[in-house]
Amino acid sequence: MTTAVRWFWFASPHTFFPLAGTIARWSGLLAVPFALAGLYVGFLVAPTDAQQGEVYRIIFIHVPAAWMSMFLYLVMAFWAALGLAFNTRLSAMMAQAIAPTGALFTFIALWTGALWGKPTWGTYWVWDARLTSELILLFLYFGFMALHASIDDLRRADRAAAVLAIVGAVNVPIIYYSVQWWNTLHQGASVSFTKAPSMAATMFLGMILMALAFWLYSIAVAMVRVRCLIVERQ
Amino acid sequence: MLEAARCIVYRDLLLALRRRTDVATALLFFVIVASLFPLGIGAEPNLLRAIAPGVIWVAALLSTMLSLGRLFAADHADGTLEQLALGAAPLGVVVTAKTLAHWLLSGLPLVLIAPVLAVQYDLPQALYGVLALSLLLGTPVLSMIGAIGAALTLGVRGGGVLLALLVLPLYVPVLIMGAGAVEMAAAGLESGGQLLILGALLVFTAAFAPWAIAAALRISLE
Repeated sequence: MTTAVRWFWFASPHTFFPLAGTIARWSGLLAVPFALAGLYVGFLVAPTDAQQGEVYRIIFIHVPAAWMSMFLYLVMAFWAALGLAFNTRLSAMMAQAIAPTGALFTFIALWTGALWGKPTWGTYWVWDARLTSELILLFLYFGFMALHASIDDLRRADRAAAVLAIVGAVNVPIIYYSVQWWNTLHQGASVSFTKAPSMAATMFLGMILMALAFWLYSIAVAMVRVRCLIVERQ
Repeated sequence: MLEAARCIVYRDLLLALRRRTDVATALLFFVIVASLFPLGIGAEPNLLRAIAPGVIWVAALLSTMLSLGRLFAADHADGTLEQLALGAAPLGVVVTAKTLAHWLLSGLPLVLIAPVLAVQYDLPQALYGVLALSLLLGTPVLSMIGAIGAALTLGVRGGGVLLALLVLPLYVPVLIMGAGAVEMAAAGLESGGQLLILGALLVFTAAFAPWAIAAALRISLE
């Protein structure tokens, strides 16, 4: 029984509010040095790519953003499912707070991908499997936010959006594999994502640092947004 | 339980029979959309043959989506839906029956009329079977996924456009596999793979969608 109490201790918006503030402050503060270090390693330390020259450096924004976009959808669906299962108000608020950040990272991944694609492939957009599924992921985020926004009754909005998030999460792998298969059907190996087999250690380090910075930023922003939602709703 | 499902299917079909135009409009929409493409793109036969599977499938997606509004709206408006939810039959069975009726009224006609559109697009006769079969396997999935969206947006303002935003991204795998099956067959290759995946999607959706639809309906009915 005691464990159950501890589990749900912070499920109350009232007790979570100060904690969210602390988490937001610290992760926000930590995100800055990580981002600076990541950018420093990415732009100044990492070696120039043999084939792509300096252009490839957009990878330090692009790949971590793409990771975050997919990961945040799962996190959002997790909170949505939790809210549906335990009927905790805070879980639904968490899902609602994460959605805009997820959509933002999806958009950043698409945008930087387009900017990267122009010099390397000669075009801003190709119907590559990853690009297409990322675009559909963006639509799923928009659908979640639009459904939540268009229902006035907050409780119903939370629960309806939660069902949608879960259905979307089940669909994401199906969409990914079907798009991948579609892509291999249509076009040959005109554009391939396969990189040089060995990635320099510094490149990897830069990407990890940026990914951590994005993580911390996402946590900070989500916490700030949750605090706003708590204030707004109570 | 089966008796209840049978009654609901019968009732929905009867109601649709009394208002035949509703069913006809969605079907006409399908035909008109598919007929607009040659006017916009040009009537070059090779081009038409190449785009036919995709166009017919996209038209089927849009037409199914348009008819989704009817699925629960009328029953919701006059309170029948609440009675059904309160009734003895499990809500999952009720929504499955309603979705089945929706498919019989909106999906099956598409399957039957698609070969006519294939004639418009000058598809070889050998492909009619694959096209109809892909639609036969795919349109029930569209109805079931659509029913989730319809239940979620029940009585919500801007429901129609919102429904499109929610449902169309989820339709992508069906579109890819359905159009892909016809394209494979057109290229003279084995289209069994895509059809089997469509079948798998159908089984998967039939197993899980009723829960999601029922959960969504309960939320909307609160």
